[in-house]
Amino acid sequence: MRASGKRLSLGGLLLRLGGYGLLALGGLLTLAPFYFMFVFATHQRSEIFGFPPPVWFGEHFWTNYQILVQKIPFWRSYWNNLYLAIMTTLPALFFCSLAGFAFAMYEFRWRERLFAIILATLLIPPILNLIPFYLLIYQIGWINQPKALWVPAMAGALGIFLMRQYILSAIPKELIDAARIDGCSEFQIYWRIVLPLIRPALGTLGLITFIGSWNRFADVNVIMRTQETKTLPVVLRTLQGATDVEWGAIMAGTALLVLPLLLVFALAARQLMEGLTSGAIKS
Amino acid sequence: MRKAVNPAPSPPSAITLAMRWSNFQRRYAPYIFVSPFFILFLVFGLYPTLFSLYMSFQSWTPSDGWGRWKYVGLENYTFTLTDPMFWRAMWNTLWLGFFSGIPQHLIAIPLAFVIHMVLGRFKTLVVAVYFLPYITSSVAIALIFNTLFATNNGVINLVIAQLNTWPVLGWFLPDQNINWFLNSTIKYGIALVVIWQFTGWNTLLYLSAIQAIPKELYEAAAVDGASRYQQFRYITLPLLRPMMFFAVSLTIIGNMQLFEQPFVLLNGGASSATQGGQTVTMYMYRTAFEWLEMGTAASIAWILFIFIGILTYLNNLMFGRTARGEA
Repeated sequence: MRASGKRLSLGGLLLRLGGYGLLALGGLLTLAPFYFMFVFATHQRSEIFGFPPPVWFGEHFWTNYQILVQKIPFWRSYWNNLYLAIMTTLPALFFCSLAGFAFAMYEFRWRERLFAIILATLLIPPILNLIPFYLLIYQIGWINQPKALWVPAMAGALGIFLMRQYILSAIPKELIDAARIDGCSEFQIYWRIVLPLIRPALGTLGLITFIGSWNRFADVNVIMRTQETKTLPVVLRTLQGATDVEWGAIMAGTALLVLPLLLVFALAARQLMEGLTSGAIKS
Repeated sequence: MRKAVNPAPSPPSAITLAMRWSNFQRRYAPYIFVSPFFILFLVFGLYPTLFSLYMSFQSWTPSDGWGRWKYVGLENYTFTLTDPMFWRAMWNTLWLGFFSGIPQHLIAIPLAFVIHMVLGRFKTLVVAVYFLPYITSSVAIALIFNTLFATNNGVINLVIAQLNTWPVLGWFLPDQNINWFLNSTIKYGIALVVIWQFTGWNTLLYLSAIQAIPKELYEAAAVDGASRYQQFRYITLPLLRPMMFFAVSLTIIGNMQLFEQPFVLLNGGASSATQGGQTVTMYMYRTAFEWLEMGTAASIAWILFIFIGILTYLNNLMFGRTARGEA
């Protein structure tokens, strides 16, 4: 008995050590590309592709930065990214929470069916809509206008779903009834009672929406045709097309694109991961 | 009802007006609150989709001017379906769908199990590290890997050269630097990027499902003398089936639309390896915006849509019923 117990714990220990080793190796492989992005951002092209390639930070970040601002309207693109992300996030928070509130707290005809339709739209592959969407934007003359990108995203299906789930779990129906007896209109109930209570969910949805918008590429690339209106991922991609590709400068731009997300993620990783998977687990 | 209460057509008092307003807004509020989604979906989702169905039977290029389309019947579809470039792109998409999809799950499931078994306090930190690529811009990722894939002195090739000197492992690795930007090799590179980017997402999904499995099951199995492997094989895996179905569905839908990673790694289609790596969505994109054949592009989108539908259906058939049965 004792011997077998000992062997088991030894096996358990080995398994544990092996597990740690495996996880460390995986983590290393995951982080390495980010590390090289930052390292390459501080080196010139000749160094990046020389032997051995740089594994530590160099001195040429400012050189790369100069190339970047000279070749592309870098800060303008950066601002476009930020503008688009903010303009997408704020209305989405409002309209998604409003619809989520209605689905969670009201009994009304067609409720289940309308909600099922919203969920079903999540299954439509978005890229298939790229060409018809472009044609529509072309038709209504919104090419090169940021509103072509944020207006359609104002009330996303995923956001409505997340908000409904949260409101169902966080707000008792009695609270709504009490507010109604006190003379609140339906919108006042939403604005004064519900909104303050769902701040954590708004934070999560805000992060998800902001990050999604920040990383958007395919449709922005199609709708924004001039250099001044493009966002950073789109403009960075155009740097790649030139013959003498300044990879150091591209990596510097990429690092500046990724950095804010890394900071946000460092602060709110748990919240983000819970928000993104909650839909998967609950459905 | 209301007429019986208030039969005389006298002007209603302020109080009844207020009550009527209160009833009215209470009754219609939910419809108004959910309406923005439906208005936006009709205008920016459904209408363009239906329009693209119409468009797929027309010939049109932007320089023709708006409204000047020409009905061509099934020509766009017959053109696409007899176009070798389309089938090459379809083959690439299916190849990538499989070889960048399956490894994600083969890595993620044991990884999630190990995380669950050995980590306590640092679980969130470790999962966050694995999850990081998922929230990073695909364009940024593809640009980074573009430098890592360099043939001479590229980091990935140097690592492979290093591993090549190891026993056993070295037998499976090539002796020479790999040129990742050839028609024959580019798919492996794209698959590597996709696996790197999305394995963490799947790990998180599986971990959340594993955490939902009651501890008592493992404890009972341990009492009966089941090893860790047996616990994984006979408790974790069967109970993960519903999540596997869900995660694999997401992977299928996502992989069939793979766009940004091949688009950037193939330099927007300017690379000499374009034929070897371009996906259907990328081919569709280039048909629309490089060759300006909007009708043909619309037909490609619809053909792909049908393909995705078939694959999702097959996945449902293979996985879905049992997954739901055990859920």
